[in-house]
Amino acid sequence: MIKSIICAGLGGQGVLTAGKLLMHAAHEKDLNVTWFPSYGNEMRGGNANCNVIISDKKIASPYADTPDIVMAMSSSAVDIYEETMAPGGVLYVNSSLVDENRKYRDDIRVVKFPATEIALKMKREVNANLCMLGKIIADSGLFTIEEFEKAMCNYFDEAGKGKFNESNKEVVRAGYEN
Amino acid sequence: MEKRIMKGNEALAEGAIRGGCRFYAGYPITPQSEILEWMSWRQKEVGGTFVQGESEIASVNMTFAARALGVRSLTSTSGPGFSLYQEGIAYWVSAGVPAVCACVQRFGIGDGFISAGQDNYWQAVKGGGNGDYHLIVLAPNSVQENVDMAYESFALAEKWSHPVLILSDGTIGQMMEPCVLPKMVEYDIDQEQPWAVKGVEAGQKNKVITDITYFEDIDEWNDGYLKKMREISETEQRWESLCVSDADVVLVAYGISSRVAEGAVQKARSNGFKLGLIRPITLWPYPRKAFDEIPETCRGIVTVEVNMMGQMRDDVIITVKGKYPTYALATRQRIAKVDQVIDFAKAVYEGKIKEEEVY
Repeated sequence: MIKSIICAGLGGQGVLTAGKLLMHAAHEKDLNVTWFPSYGNEMRGGNANCNVIISDKKIASPYADTPDIVMAMSSSAVDIYEETMAPGGVLYVNSSLVDENRKYRDDIRVVKFPATEIALKMKREVNANLCMLGKIIADSGLFTIEEFEKAMCNYFDEAGKGKFNESNKEVVRAGYEN
Repeated sequence: MEKRIMKGNEALAEGAIRGGCRFYAGYPITPQSEILEWMSWRQKEVGGTFVQGESEIASVNMTFAARALGVRSLTSTSGPGFSLYQEGIAYWVSAGVPAVCACVQRFGIGDGFISAGQDNYWQAVKGGGNGDYHLIVLAPNSVQENVDMAYESFALAEKWSHPVLILSDGTIGQMMEPCVLPKMVEYDIDQEQPWAVKGVEAGQKNKVITDITYFEDIDEWNDGYLKKMREISETEQRWESLCVSDADVVLVAYGISSRVAEGAVQKARSNGFKLGLIRPITLWPYPRKAFDEIPETCRGIVTVEVNMMGQMRDDVIITVKGKYPTYALATRQRIAKVDQVIDFAKAVYEGKIKEEEVY
């Protein structure tokens, strides 16, 4: 099993954190994992992405040349990564911020999900990333919701942000159940 | 042992700390600043010293001084910073001071760019400063190797009274992976250290740290130095080979390029194309012995490099002495894609690519 994943969006949308959460969930399942961010002259509102490779074997390249899964939180993320996807891959589109009439490749599966809208309704707009991850967990079966939530809470505990764990779980659940 | 997830640069810093590093001086530059950041709080915890120098030149010389006093000392930089280090590092060599430097390569000439690169190769492996020298150069290709190489670098440098360079790159430095951390080494700076300055009784002649040839017979020193360099070049070669003995085309790559090349070997083999990989773990001494395994039937050797001129191909040519045609897939500032490596190697196999003269 090897999964090549790209989490992409705009700076401030939490796509690097989203990738890290997938990494930690994979690590806690004793899978091999690599994470590589775009770095450098990044800014809020500019394009940001990270590559996550998850495998039960040794991982060679940490680059997702042809991703199986793309989490696209913005239109620009779709512009950049849709064409690189492996045939049969799954593109998760944050439909709150992407034109609903947009046309997509027909050899990939597109899951449109209004992550920002749902997070906004919960007054947690900054957690649209977690909401989208909930959807990805439910749809892809990469992890059970319990596995993912445990890894996420451990991660935020270690980062000194454990006090948000309960409300973070609510946003993940909203993505998972919708 | 427990695995934890770390960023490559932080892993390198922690590996050094656990290897007994108690002095660090450096100046911030992307993509290696996490080493400096980690050292800024971690040295305090372990009772060591952290200095953010006012410049690269100050930092490399502070590291020289600290190591000359005995303490295991590290500095780190990238790109233009590494150019500024060269004078200082040449002095480390001339004084036989076993300090350690890490260069996390970025791409470009002069200021260059902040993205990963592998274009410090010539500078790192062929000398860099004035005089006849090579540094012992280690090339990590994973977060774990960042830990392990930084951890052992001091003992290796001390073994030969010679500086060690850890030549990493922006991707290996910025990526995160699980790794295992080794036990803390307690290094006693009062032990016998022939290359270090120690206090002397009043009236005794004090030691000065500079070119050793100021105090020793130059011919004698040169003889000993050459003997040492020859011994290092014979005994410290390290590499990893993957599917080389029956390969139709052999890739040669280090650092991030070797990760991509390994992916290419796996994918090509699963499609029936016999690709192999030699991954130099030491860049000096260059692992010449690894090339003995290449079969007579091999149609070409291809280096995969994140630079423009295929810098490492020079060493492959020196090693194979015309026995095989050599090529460089030098992808400038972009990391090669797995399919791109396979396509290039296939074209070599089919005789579609002309062997070029070196620049």
